Amino acid sequence: MIQEHLDIQLIAIVTAVACALPGVFLVLRRMTLMSDAISHAILPGIVLAFFLTESLSSPLLILAAAATGVLTVVFVELLQRTKLVKEDAAIGLTFPALFSIGVILISRFAGNVHLDMDAVLLGELAYAPLNRLDIFGYDVGPVSVYVMGTILLLNLTFILLFYKELKLATFDASLAATLGFAPTLIHYGLMTLVSVTTVGAFDAVGSILVVALIAGPPATAYLITNRLSLMLTLSAVIGSVNAVSGYWLAYLFDVSIAGAIATMTLLMFGLVFFLVPNRGLIAIARRRTRQKWEFAQTMLVIHLFNHEGLPEAEAESEVAHLHEHLRWDPAFAAQVVKYALNNRCVLQEETQLTLTERGRTVAQQALVQ
Amino acid sequence: MENLSILTRLDYTLMIVAIGAALLGAVSGTLGTYAVLRRQSLLGDAISHAALPGIAIAFLLTGSKTPLILVLGAAIAGWLGTLFILSIVRLTRIKYDSALGIILSTFFGFGLVLHTLIQRTGNANQAGLDTFLFGQAATILESDVLTIGILGGIAIVIMLVFWKELKLLVFDEGFAASLGFPIRALDILLTSLLVIAIVLGLQAVGAVLMSAMLVAPAVAARQWTDKLSVMMLLAAGFGALAGVGGTIISSSASRIPTGPTIVLCATVVVGFSIVLAPNRGLLWNRLRYQRNKRNLKMLGGQLFQSEEQ
Repeated sequence: MIQEHLDIQLIAIVTAVACALPGVFLVLRRMTLMSDAISHAILPGIVLAFFLTESLSSPLLILAAAATGVLTVVFVELLQRTKLVKEDAAIGLTFPALFSIGVILISRFAGNVHLDMDAVLLGELAYAPLNRLDIFGYDVGPVSVYVMGTILLLNLTFILLFYKELKLATFDASLAATLGFAPTLIHYGLMTLVSVTTVGAFDAVGSILVVALIAGPPATAYLITNRLSLMLTLSAVIGSVNAVSGYWLAYLFDVSIAGAIATMTLLMFGLVFFLVPNRGLIAIARRRTRQKWEFAQTMLVIHLFNHEGLPEAEAESEVAHLHEHLRWDPAFAAQVVKYALNNRCVLQEETQLTLTERGRTVAQQALVQ
Repeated sequence: MENLSILTRLDYTLMIVAIGAALLGAVSGTLGTYAVLRRQSLLGDAISHAALPGIAIAFLLTGSKTPLILVLGAAIAGWLGTLFILSIVRLTRIKYDSALGIILSTFFGFGLVLHTLIQRTGNANQAGLDTFLFGQAATILESDVLTIGILGGIAIVIMLVFWKELKLLVFDEGFAASLGFPIRALDILLTSLLVIAIVLGLQAVGAVLMSAMLVAPAVAARQWTDKLSVMMLLAAGFGALAGVGGTIISSSASRIPTGPTIVLCATVVVGFSIVLAPNRGLLWNRLRYQRNKRNLKMLGGQLFQSEEQ
């Protein structure tokens, strides 16, 4: 039982990391939906290869299906190149058509082969550890771990080897082209990786939820950091956390593991979206409030500074009259005074406000700017 | 004999299904025109996937399988998903495509979780996920056709009422904003209309293929004209054609699912339009290229001669 827990979590983590790494480049290159298209369009490839190999985890099947994925990318680009169809529409045309062919193939020949539609589309992580790899009679673990492990290694090698090229082609494709780095080649290399990864992962999580693994962690990491290397690392970590927490969520409520991992991906994204310092929703809201009060305080000290030492000063720095002079709502004016008092920019004696040394500096600085 | 057997199968049930598919194709073709022109072709994909948790929650809350309640749940979830996508794009630096991908897949994943939860509580006769994903055109009843007709009709009437505003939103958003039109409200209105079209189609062609019904007829129609109203009428026509064609083809042999066949029909119409449409089509372009080449050659020859003299 414990072994089973560990096996499933291991498969989930390896799959999540393998998906997140190429996903970073897809998110940065605005091509996330290409993974959605590939994951749907590989269906006819899987079906045809399955007719030949009669096994869902044979390397031939992975290669054939991955080839369909690359073919999808070529189709989409050919359609785009006619200039008659925009990119989004090209994607939206290509993958449903290929997917339809896959569905028709399955239902036409479903009697002859044992290919479960749900398994292809939704995956079933819980059964993954049952398919084990034997070497010389020794059980060395689930097949999925080795398949996804190989794919993970492949992705890692590609990214490490071509890190510089990928970075350049992602952030400045035209510079990469002029320097002779062949961005088209990099592009197709990346697309091949995405196809292979998607095919490898559909076994575990199914073709629809692959997108959650590919797009979720990188987008979450993108909210946190500006550095590519850090974004890659963070995506891998976030992907793993989502995988493990999703597994336990599924275990707790006895629900679909892949679905629970996707749910955790959404929660994690939401959490970071709200909480991350500087760019999070809460940080933005707090910054806006602070800026509002800062601005009001600056207005107040400038007002006091302008009239300081002049005959009308007494009337102008009367707390009760502030709202008239600055056109503030009385309640708001009272709050601004409180805010300025707390910051020691003004002093209050009876109903009169006077500037402190600090308030004077703030006003002077604001006026100079 | 072959023809006769197809004709005899054009019975009442088939006719209902064909009418339903045609209406659906017409409604989604019409509204999909906006999605394609705004380069939001894949929004339909997102909305249809995001609808799953809505269906599950509607079922969990009411315990009923009345289509109208499930459709309402689907619509709310699809609408919420779109709102999330728009907010993510507006508030963060995450781009439209990533926001779409995340919401589409995670909403669907959450729906899957709820679905397994429902299955576990022992509602054995709960409709399978296959129905949600691929639809079951064969189960379209007269009452469904009525629902599609009425709701789709309402959506199209609303669209016609806001014709000028939506047209402006599609072609020049900045100008529309500067004239004081409420851009965000219009954006949400248009999205809501799309949600209606998609949710109506879930039963017939399913979530995965519904996006194609929005995109394909509109892309095909785009090749034949540069006028919005003509494009919309053509898209509606192509959509209806694909609906009827797909229904008839799939009924002519056993074990050909209707939804995918409808989608393939629509794709064929697109291919046909891209190659053959006058002015824009590939064939036309090729001919024009050759004519220009010939003319240039003649012109070049004349110039050469005049230089010699």
